[in-house]
Amino acid sequence: MTTTALDGRPPQGSGPVARPRRSELQAERVRAARLFLLPMMIALMAVAAWPLLRTIWFSFTNTSLSNLSGGEWIGFSNYLTWRTLESGRTIWRGTLVDPAWWNAVYNTFRFAIISVGLETVLGLLVALVLNAEFRGRAIVRAAVLIPWAIPTIVSAKLWAWLFNDQFGMVNDMLMSLGIISQKVAWTANADTAFWAVIIVDVWKTTPFMALLCLAGLQMIPRDMYEAAKIDGIHPVKVFFKVTLPLVKPALMVAVIFRMLDALRIFDLIYVLTPNSPATKTMSIISRENLIDFDKFAYGSAQSTLLFLIIALCVILYIWLGKVDLGGTK
Amino acid sequence: MPAAIKTAAFYLAVVVIVVVAVFPFYYAILTSFKTGTSLFQVSYWPTEFNWQNYRDVLSQGAFPRNILNSVIVATLTVACALLLGVTASYALARVRFRGRTLLLLTILAVSMFPQIAVLAGLFELIRFIGIFNTPWALILSYTIFTLPFTVWVLTTFMRDLPVEIEEAAIVDGATPWVIITKVFLPLMWPAMVTTGLLAFIGAWNEFLFALTFTSSSTTRTVPVAIALLSGASQYETPWGIIMAASVIVTVPLIVLVLVFQRKIVAGLTAGGVKG
Repeated sequence: MTTTALDGRPPQGSGPVARPRRSELQAERVRAARLFLLPMMIALMAVAAWPLLRTIWFSFTNTSLSNLSGGEWIGFSNYLTWRTLESGRTIWRGTLVDPAWWNAVYNTFRFAIISVGLETVLGLLVALVLNAEFRGRAIVRAAVLIPWAIPTIVSAKLWAWLFNDQFGMVNDMLMSLGIISQKVAWTANADTAFWAVIIVDVWKTTPFMALLCLAGLQMIPRDMYEAAKIDGIHPVKVFFKVTLPLVKPALMVAVIFRMLDALRIFDLIYVLTPNSPATKTMSIISRENLIDFDKFAYGSAQSTLLFLIIALCVILYIWLGKVDLGGTK
Repeated sequence: MPAAIKTAAFYLAVVVIVVVAVFPFYYAILTSFKTGTSLFQVSYWPTEFNWQNYRDVLSQGAFPRNILNSVIVATLTVACALLLGVTASYALARVRFRGRTLLLLTILAVSMFPQIAVLAGLFELIRFIGIFNTPWALILSYTIFTLPFTVWVLTTFMRDLPVEIEEAAIVDGATPWVIITKVFLPLMWPAMVTTGLLAFIGAWNEFLFALTFTSSSTTRTVPVAIALLSGASQYETPWGIIMAASVIVTVPLIVLVLVFQRKIVAGLTAGGVKG
């Protein structure tokens, strides 16, 4: 750590004014550090900790959007509650028995796994291409950045236009190539809406993956490849035996980052396929309940559940990934 | 495999990558210059060059106002994040104190927060302070994703600066505040440009909070305005105007990203690979 060298150093110089002693200096630094951290801590408390706690609190009440302070404690009713009728039948209610919620959980994980999987493979391929030396590489790298630079809402609208059933380019192209015989309503059709979302997300996020993979690839010393070449090892074997193991750490971090991002997806689906049950994710139905359907407390319960799921993933990530926090290199 | 085929296959891959990356936006530009019935004719080359859609989007409705809102919100968000981020990251990178690792872990965890989890609580807070439907609501809420990221990247960067410069300043009797402003800040510019740019892009593109915390067309930011652009009737989507608006908000961003390419990639990898 940088400060240890500083602490262990004898005070230098002896001017007329006595210099503060070492421990005093350290104490002063710690005091200053606390002061410097305070604004950030207050900000994070205000926008993260407090709202989160309030969301969790709301999930145990019957608060409505029109009367935010009038909620009463109702325990776990938003999550799960049951009532036994006189006939002996038990009726279960709450998010945990809501098919719409479980559909959203399924959609979210399906989306996250498929899209991140595709992005990883394609990102690695693009990175391998960009890592090779060829003329015009700078231009290609700039071109690859463009989908990443386009705002998500714009790319959603853009692809909604390309996927348009009547006048869209995708239908036109596939028809003229003879792949489809009649126009397909890509974003409205239950079978294709999910894949439309996947295509747009992969298109938009593969550049990010490619850049992170490229950074990992560039850390591999070139002489490793030269040695493999001299030994006459097949490039495919070199890829699996040398390249992949060496980029794996960088790749894993990128995958988990993207995974957490994909689990909370909202904007792309909200704009591209707003009404398709096949693409409703946890964030989408939470917000629907919170704001649109005036089931504020119920929506809070769903967002709390989403938070728990993501928190679990983060804990797993920090635990498995052994993130370098102390700066020990 | 003969070398010629190999080279050909490689360049084919390059061409496919470039076309897939660039074509959709190119098509949006084509569409934005089309009007009337030609809008509904698919063409792969420029056929018309009509600025009407741009004139419409900039003269009708609140779109110029939305652009101004986005600029204000994104700029102030970046300013706040950098101000809070620089001081905090100095403390985190340079001073050893108890609970530092825990604090870094917390910051990392906050950066992975699902935004929807704080939506209900933030909604109440924003209503309570009375800033609902103002830019302040967005500036406040955007702190949740810009600040952790900024602190994280700046901490990584500051940790790598040599100890000697700081020691010299301490020997000269400089206070921590002077050390930050006079010693570190001049060295931090590259990192601050990077994080500032990424925070700006994040704030410029944000949708969920902007959709929820604004309610009138004059307070909306650009992404919400584009998402809600509609035609005269429900069944008539004004694609030409939507594409013109999209091009207007995207071109500056693409220029920014291409100009600062290296810095942005460095920032992404510092936030991603190291963290």
